[in-house]
Amino acid sequence: MKASDAIIQCLKKENVDMIFGYPGGAVLPLYEALRKSDIKHILIRHEQSAAHSASGYARASTKTGVCIATSGPGATNLITGIATAYMDSIPLVIITGQVKSTAIGKDVFQEADIIGSTEPFTKHNYLIKNAKDIPKVIKEAFYIAATGRPGPVLIDIPVDIQNENIEFDYPKTTNIPGYKPTYEGHNGQIKRALQKLKASKKPLICVGGGIICANAYQELKAFSEKVKIPVVHTLMGIGALPSDSPYYVGMVGSHGHGFSNKVVIESDLLMIIGARVADRATADLKLLNEKKNIIHIDIDPAEVGKNVDTTIPIVGDAKNILNRFIEKCTPLETDEWIKKIHQLKENYIKQDEDTDYINPKKALEFLSNIVDEETILTADVGQNQIWAARNFEIKGDRKFFTSGGLGTMGYSLPAAVGAKLACPDKRVISVVGDGGIQMSLSELGTISENDLNITIILFNNYRLGMVRELQDIHYGKGKNFSISFKKSPDFVKIAEAYGLDSKQVTSNREFESAIKEALESKKGYLLECIVDPNFSTL
Amino acid sequence: MNRHVLSILVENNSGVLSRIAGLFSRRGYNIDSLSVGETENPKISRMTITVNGDDYILEQIQKQLHKLINVIKIVELKPEKSIYRELILVKVRADSKNRATIIETVNIFRGKIIDVSSDTLTIELTGDFEKISAFTELIKPFGIIELVRTGFTGLQRGNVQITD
Ligand SMILES: Cc1ncc(C[n+]2csc(CCOP(=O)(O)OP(=O)(O)O)c2C)c(N)n1
Repeated sequence: MKASDAIIQCLKKENVDMIFGYPGGAVLPLYEALRKSDIKHILIRHEQSAAHSASGYARASTKTGVCIATSGPGATNLITGIATAYMDSIPLVIITGQVKSTAIGKDVFQEADIIGSTEPFTKHNYLIKNAKDIPKVIKEAFYIAATGRPGPVLIDIPVDIQNENIEFDYPKTTNIPGYKPTYEGHNGQIKRALQKLKASKKPLICVGGGIICANAYQELKAFSEKVKIPVVHTLMGIGALPSDSPYYVGMVGSHGHGFSNKVVIESDLLMIIGARVADRATADLKLLNEKKNIIHIDIDPAEVGKNVDTTIPIVGDAKNILNRFIEKCTPLETDEWIKKIHQLKENYIKQDEDTDYINPKKALEFLSNIVDEETILTADVGQNQIWAARNFEIKGDRKFFTSGGLGTMGYSLPAAVGAKLACPDKRVISVVGDGGIQMSLSELGTISENDLNITIILFNNYRLGMVRELQDIHYGKGKNFSISFKKSPDFVKIAEAYGLDSKQVTSNREFESAIKEALESKKGYLLECIVDPNFSTL
Repeated sequence: MNRHVLSILVENNSGVLSRIAGLFSRRGYNIDSLSVGETENPKISRMTITVNGDDYILEQIQKQLHKLINVIKIVELKPEKSIYRELILVKVRADSKNRATIIETVNIFRGKIIDVSSDTLTIELTGDFEKISAFTELIKPFGIIELVRTGFTGLQRGNVQITD
């Protein structure tokens, strides 16, 4: 069998039914094999979007996302998308074409060392030198991408090797001596943690994206309810516990809720689950290292103890470990503590700025109340992201996808494409700023071409709003520099030119009727919402 | 700051060394010395890496190295339970007057003269960190023309194996 056909066979064995990609000379044989297969190929408009779309697809489907690019510029265009997925632990398998194996290292046309350049932000990568290694490598790649702490794995395949003939035999198992993720938490450590929990008066759980990776929603809910522990979350942990749970507190960190940060500081025991305790999440938590007991549960041992001193480290899968805790724990007497948290929450007054334009916070709250509980929302980066994170409530089975780790602008639109293709029956909303949308504007074409009725909510403040705000804080008002485009396009016309429906609204009242119309549209709809350039993030 | 010697078993694939070296530079850790070669199993290489750092850094290095898929096993070779060796080759200036002194010094350190010219001697010496530095200090005044060291390598003492 031709190696290129074998690659497709391997992908089929891994249940891949959709690939995001962009062709080129170094992947011609692979595309020819793809043409003959029944795997759906989505021709995106820029390789960076291939990785982002594969990420949205992976997050929505809980499968591994797959994307393909050609050698050199195709491969380097993927880099931001791969790094984005790496920081957020999203499972991807990326196949790049490489120049002929005999030409490697000679700086030939479209040659780039993609193995070297993606080493720091892939979980692992492979350069195929022997066609017969292909099945084994693909098997390993999917295994590595999806197990342990998930992440992107890249396979670089020279074009001549794609054309070779091999005997196709897909391995049933893998044996990688250096890769044995730990799933079961250590018994002794769990016992110690239970003792600390029992003695705690103000226990608190802080969850991150790890709960979502581990698909441990039910377990988290059951644990917090059974033991009566309140739960805060990071940006990546949005949706780990639905906001209508009585134990739900809110988001922590520099863009989190003030009361959530207070609760963290006041707690006497913090159980961190699947969160890497990143700087953004701990910005206002200087007291984290004080005498508080910290139990840190993560599947990646390197995260435990990296940023915060841990009293009890537990390495393993969140789902497994939570189940063990559910089994062993008895309810704690936390009524007082929870009452106090509810008081803190109630005392917190939402700032309600007056604005002649659209109030994005109100808009998102309104949207949150009218869409069903299966809706997927992708947010870009900047003010729009934080407005969405804080005001679009995640109830029921709603999902929230954003680039939390790398903070990559241009993520929302292609991620929404991937999510919609993974879940055609779910409503998908993409929230984005006027800066971010212009980093992946071309994906309007992909939305149109594939008839994806994604609702795009563009908050246009004619600014790189988040940077504007940072400049104001650091250098004083009136010192803004390079934060607005002298000429912004007419977004409504652009959307229409791509074949989408579109409308611009400037007031809250207009928003309410327009968003209903947008949600009813059978095709992609871009709703441009004009926002006061000085409107604040929090 | 303490010196730590790590013995690391890795898959003998191309690219492993760059992955490991890249990890150190990317995370801001310093490699003081590194030596690598195949083991009795040609599919596996052993690297010996000497690093300086406190317990936190050492733990981070070990955990981050463990995340590399090609890294099979890492142990710290504790001084009291291990033997370290390094090989150095030194070319020193040697005239008729000091030649005898140099040869005497080399003998005391159980080194070998492996090349001679009218005005140089080239010496081979193996030993642990202290021996090598003591020797180079003594030989320095004669004039070191060239010096090369392989970097540390080591094993645990007694009947233990890194794979245990
Ligand atoms: C690719 C990339 N470049 C630059 C930045 C730095 N950055 C963070 S937020 C932001 C402003 C985003 O502006 P916009 O998309 O208009 O959203 P807003 O903040 O106005 O909602 C910028 C430039 C980034 N996060 N990503």
